[in-house]
Amino acid sequence: MDRFSWSNGLLEINETLVIQQRGVRLYDGDDKAKLDVGVALLSTHRLIWRDVKNHECCIAMPLSQIIFFEEQAAGIGKSAKIVIHLYPVPANKEPGPYQHSKYPYIKLSFKEHGQIEFYRRLTEEMTQKRWESTSLSQPIPTGTSPQVGRKTHAVGIIGIERKIEQKRKETDKNISEAFEDLSKLMVKAKEMVELSRSIANKIKDKQGDITEDETIRFKSYLLSMGIADPVTRETHGSGTHYHLQLAKQLGDMLQAPLELLSPEDLVNACKMFESLKLPLRLRVFDSGVMVVQLQSHSEEEMIASALDNVSDKGSLTAEEFAKLLGLSVLLSKERLLLAEKMGHLCRDDSVEGLRFYPNLF
Amino acid sequence: MSFEWPWQHSFPPFFTLQPNVDTRQKQLAAWCSLALTYCRHHKLYTLDVMEAQESPMFNNKKIERKLSMEAIQVVFEELRKKGNLEWLDKNKSRCLVMWRRPEEWGKLIYQWVSKNGMVNTVFTLYELSNGDDTEGEEFHGLEDWMLLRSLQALQAEGKAEIITMDDGKGVKFF
Repeated sequence: MDRFSWSNGLLEINETLVIQQRGVRLYDGDDKAKLDVGVALLSTHRLIWRDVKNHECCIAMPLSQIIFFEEQAAGIGKSAKIVIHLYPVPANKEPGPYQHSKYPYIKLSFKEHGQIEFYRRLTEEMTQKRWESTSLSQPIPTGTSPQVGRKTHAVGIIGIERKIEQKRKETDKNISEAFEDLSKLMVKAKEMVELSRSIANKIKDKQGDITEDETIRFKSYLLSMGIADPVTRETHGSGTHYHLQLAKQLGDMLQAPLELLSPEDLVNACKMFESLKLPLRLRVFDSGVMVVQLQSHSEEEMIASALDNVSDKGSLTAEEFAKLLGLSVLLSKERLLLAEKMGHLCRDDSVEGLRFYPNLF
Repeated sequence: MSFEWPWQHSFPPFFTLQPNVDTRQKQLAAWCSLALTYCRHHKLYTLDVMEAQESPMFNNKKIERKLSMEAIQVVFEELRKKGNLEWLDKNKSRCLVMWRRPEEWGKLIYQWVSKNGMVNTVFTLYELSNGDDTEGEEFHGLEDWMLLRSLQALQAEGKAEIITMDDGKGVKFF
């Protein structure tokens, strides 16, 4: 509870109210806070709580204080709660109801329900992090406040200084975001961590040369964990540049394992084959199946050979065709279907299975 | 004379509704033709769909293939669109098969009438379909409902008029 600061409860410029819920009691960790039941308000920037009876008793906490949160189901005689785990108190925090707390988390107890919607909205705001794109400046009145509105906008030197500060914070955030998930994997992925640290430092300090290999490895690590890599994308060109490099690598050594490559990147890289004049093509079948094949495989050749094989044997199933050609069943079926689509084959579908014949119709 | 099956009837894919549109068109055309010639050969004028599924026409036991109910309905719908089939009930369980369309019958009948100089004569329906004079004609033995349709077709062309008489219907040709 020591993360909260006294507040007048007024929404600031760029801050929007998302949801409010009555009947909320605050808990400092597991202990009931020395406050009554009040109204909890969630805005794009802060979590605000106001005493119902005494409107002047109002506290607020920036959403950036929240590490994560979870639901606590209601029990017998106990209301449902949302438990919010918090970062340590920042040094410049304004005074609030608690000087100090032994707990790194608080709870919101919903005595009049509403926890489901509140939780949902909180999740949304914590995902979107709208407070990062719009800094708070002078306050403006909300509907609940009787105060008069004030003119607010950042002008002059103050405005410029604020913008610079904002940009700096954003850059910091981007870098740390790229490592958010990484922190959980640190224990397991030693090499990954060392490499990423080294590169991040180089980028930040603009020191030394980052090798191409390092860059690709680094990006592939991040992407394999599903992290967008704003840092590296910005400094090393657009995503497609990365895909280009990847495509080149793929073209060279198709068999060599590329560790932790996301399927999306593989597909994007494969789409570059033609423009890179590589002897490979990405082919998409009607069913959505995608295959990488040698350029020499023109469609006509495939169909002609399929027709030959089928005519030769009278009829073929996908499995028989696969065996004949030494291909996977999936691929051989796609070929047969293609030949059927072109009108060269027709099908016999019975309890015995699916069989293809030359189209004698 | 035994019925001559078309080559498709021994071709397994014939019994699978083809997904390729062009192939399907050819397939359905072959089925329609087979259905009509089969019915004509056996002088079948009506079909019960359930029975049809088991008949040698739709069920070739030799190659162990038979047309699914869905496919049969597709074939019948094709026949209906071409004017060779008419449903007798809403459930589509029984149908009339007109391996010759009423217009075609009407033409044959009119040809016979005019060839024998019997224009402006009144005939009873029975005389036409079962009379000694018509013995040997293709329309001899034609079922009443079909005969009536054929005469109605001629009537629409202004070549005949159907008359109601005391003991049934008759027709006058112009």
